[in-house]
Amino acid sequence: MPEQDVSLKNPLDETNEGSLIRRVCDGEHDAFYELIRPYERRVYAAAFAITHNDADAEDVAQEAMLKAFKNLRQFRAESRFSTWLIQITVNEARMRRRREHAHLVEPMVEQQDAEGNYVPRDFADWREIPSETLERREIREKLAEALASLGEIYREVFVLRDMQHLSIEETAKALGISTASVKTRLLRARLMLRDLLSPGLGGAWSTRLNFAKGTKPW
Amino acid sequence: MVVNCERIWQEISNYLEGDVDENLRTAMDAHFAECNQCKSVLEGSRNVVQLYGDERMIDVPLGFSYRLQRRLEESAQPSRRGFLGWMVAATAAAMVVGGFEIARSSVFRSPALRSEHSHPARGVPPDMMVVVSTDGKLFHASGCPFIHDKAHVRTIAAREALKEGYAPCVRCMKKYLQAGLSSAEPTAS
Repeated sequence: MPEQDVSLKNPLDETNEGSLIRRVCDGEHDAFYELIRPYERRVYAAAFAITHNDADAEDVAQEAMLKAFKNLRQFRAESRFSTWLIQITVNEARMRRRREHAHLVEPMVEQQDAEGNYVPRDFADWREIPSETLERREIREKLAEALASLGEIYREVFVLRDMQHLSIEETAKALGISTASVKTRLLRARLMLRDLLSPGLGGAWSTRLNFAKGTKPW
Repeated sequence: MVVNCERIWQEISNYLEGDVDENLRTAMDAHFAECNQCKSVLEGSRNVVQLYGDERMIDVPLGFSYRLQRRLEESAQPSRRGFLGWMVAATAAAMVVGGFEIARSSVFRSPALRSEHSHPARGVPPDMMVVVSTDGKLFHASGCPFIHDKAHVRTIAAREALKEGYAPCVRCMKKYLQAGLSSAEPTAS
């Protein structure tokens, strides 16, 4: 019995999505926005995971949507439309990053997977954090900060799998890596985030939030 | 099957995915029941997945949707503009250019001045009512002490006065002329 439902549904059901795609291909361009609207936030998040900059992420998201619009006829229904869209976004974001690093003397080196197994640093008791805490902006900011501190190869995988809810296979396809790499990186990303956010850490981030001594942010 | 802590840490992510075989799952469950440290790693990792998986964690900048929609519309527009669209655009452009030409001919083009010493009337509002006299060469603001031949004056719009060749009085129209000089294009004379 899986601990987590990995088969999250598409915001649009596939029949509606298919008919919207046909309408756009038949020249009804206005239907395109209806088609991508459920995914616009996810596209932005995928772009941000790679560009790491608000303005670039927005530009990349827009460019990716335009590319999807121009190439919609090439979309094949064997993959989900959302996966296809995220894949375009990832490519666009990586191209942008390469362009921006082109002027640097040192060539951009792809980050390598860390060797050895990750050993958790913190073993304090975790109480369940209710999702209502996410209503608090400072909590969301701290989570985002922790995510931003991850190495890029871990962040990309984590964002696509755990925030975008792509499957392991879809994440592998979107990033052009093996499913084994996705699993390894995902494990490390989750454990690193857990350590970064662990209440037992005493607080890199909980003390900065000025919580009363000994209390947790949740 | 018995598993140690290191094995648990390697498999914990797969465990959360439901991606471990039945034997391993049973062994891991037995370990979690006994080992508080690994239980803490499991609970923490599950919390991380749940919190980050929440829709609220995806934050987009204010106005993102609007700007995206605009960009898509702009990009879709050229292909949507058919022959009729181009004709409308061309007609509108022609009207603007035509209107400009008409305006230039009636208001902005300087007629022959009645005196070579006159100043062209740049800066005078065309609709302003001014006073001219039949024998005079200048137009004036009402009440100007320099109006010539007060017995034969007419009040007309500055535009009409200009058409008839009257020039602005440099005294009562001074403020307009100075404003006109400072804002006039060098070639406008």
